[in-house]
Amino acid sequence: MPLTTLDASAKKGVSAVQRYALLSARGVGNFFRRPFYGADLITQMDKIGVGSLPIVILTGFFTGGVLALNTASSLAQFGATAVTGQLVSLAMVKELGPVLTSLMVSGRNASGMASELGSMMVTEQIDAMRALGTDPLKKLVMPRIVATVVMLFFLTIVSDALGTLGGAWVAVVLLGQNAGQYFHSAYQTLQSADVIQGLVKPIFFGFIIATIGCYYGMNTRGGTQGVGKSTTQAVVVSSVLIIFVDFVISRFMIGIFGR
Amino acid sequence: MGITEITPDVSPAQAHPDAPAIRFEHVSIGFDAKPVLEDISFDLPRGDTRILLGPAGVGKSVLLKLANGLIKPDSGRIFVFGFEVSAMREQDLYPLRDSIGTVFQEGALFDSLTVRDNVGFRLTEESVPDDEIDRRVTEALRFVELEHTLDKFPAELSGGMRRRVAIARAVVSRPELVLYDSPTGGLDPVTSATIIGLVMKQRDVYKTSSIVVTHRLQDAFMLASHHFNQETNQMEPLPPNQSDPKTGFLVLHQGKLVFDGSTPDLVRSDDPFLKEYLS
Repeated sequence: MPLTTLDASAKKGVSAVQRYALLSARGVGNFFRRPFYGADLITQMDKIGVGSLPIVILTGFFTGGVLALNTASSLAQFGATAVTGQLVSLAMVKELGPVLTSLMVSGRNASGMASELGSMMVTEQIDAMRALGTDPLKKLVMPRIVATVVMLFFLTIVSDALGTLGGAWVAVVLLGQNAGQYFHSAYQTLQSADVIQGLVKPIFFGFIIATIGCYYGMNTRGGTQGVGKSTTQAVVVSSVLIIFVDFVISRFMIGIFGR
Repeated sequence: MGITEITPDVSPAQAHPDAPAIRFEHVSIGFDAKPVLEDISFDLPRGDTRILLGPAGVGKSVLLKLANGLIKPDSGRIFVFGFEVSAMREQDLYPLRDSIGTVFQEGALFDSLTVRDNVGFRLTEESVPDDEIDRRVTEALRFVELEHTLDKFPAELSGGMRRRVAIARAVVSRPELVLYDSPTGGLDPVTSATIIGLVMKQRDVYKTSSIVVTHRLQDAFMLASHHFNQETNQMEPLPPNQSDPKTGFLVLHQGKLVFDGSTPDLVRSDDPFLKEYLS
């Protein structure tokens, strides 16, 4: 019996990966096929990008602030508070900006996609769309993938900038540091390798958020309970994948750029 | 191997005029290693209606989903207008589905779209001009006597109205085949009679081929024993002992097709299951 269970679980796992890969490939491939759902793409960009702006601004600003607060107190022991800006900007641009923004967007949008598509699935709206001659992967999945990848890229830039500003606010207003020195060290330390690393990550993370959200939505079974399960799974899986892929990309980029 | 490629300049329904609307050849399907339909074979000639009867959970909805290619059989072949849907790729099925209207069990209306956008969905996807969409949507809604609901959302409609909008959505592009999945399920007798009237109107006025899934015998026999009078815009009973010659029955029992024939044959059948089911 246990062997049979193991066998069934393995098959289920492989089948899930296969379905995820197919959905992702067809979702992206549909970007190049007619008809092009431009209006749906703009709607999703507004929902995902503009809709996530307030949480990204708040998260970025206060993360930068708390970084400055913590690093300044540690650096004060060595008399090196002058490099607070350097630490905040490096951490924000390379790591915290992309990862925290992605986790926030994942919590908001992977869940939204899974619940919206899941509800459509259990009420046969997806089947109705197919029966009406429209490919749901083209009309529903493609705009969500493209919109998330594009908007997460810009949201990360906003988060990086707001994080650096948040750090500056803490360093200057609360800790009495020199503003010019803070911004000078923050700017001087950044190299193109850091910026590239920070901007490549959201492209992968955006793809993960959208494809995982759509995958769980499009594979929802079991009524409203199933929708709730899909929503939770989408957030959990996309968040874990973001952190795992962050590690892989960081290791790869350090291998290429040496920092 | 059947034909699986659709030529863009010819309507799929007209590409093979001699082919039946639907043909099932030894079709079987199961879920989670449990057989649902076994060795199903039947033909639906063009212009004919088949009423699909059977106990709940016997696979009636599965059969309809197989017919328009929403799911694939484990074995056997399915042809729609001569095209082998069981062997076609999903993207090749979309143009064929332009000739098929489907009414889902609970209507399956898009809940974030208005009635106008629901009914006109297919036309919008085909980039039909807005004026033309408005005209055809109004015409389809007039067919189901709901032209006043254009700007309402599905949640604002009653169950019966939602089914009627679903019928309007299915017939707006004037398909040659309509698949009705329990169009009267869960409705009161008066509303059910209204829905059956619409199915009959589509059958008798537009001469479409159709499969009507139902487990309500009174609806099934009303469809077989009445015709639609276009002049009075009402259903009228056929003379006693007469039934619509273009309307037949399919009966499923324990995953097998146990009856495929006319109304008189069904009524006179000696099969113990059919006798018990009809009593």
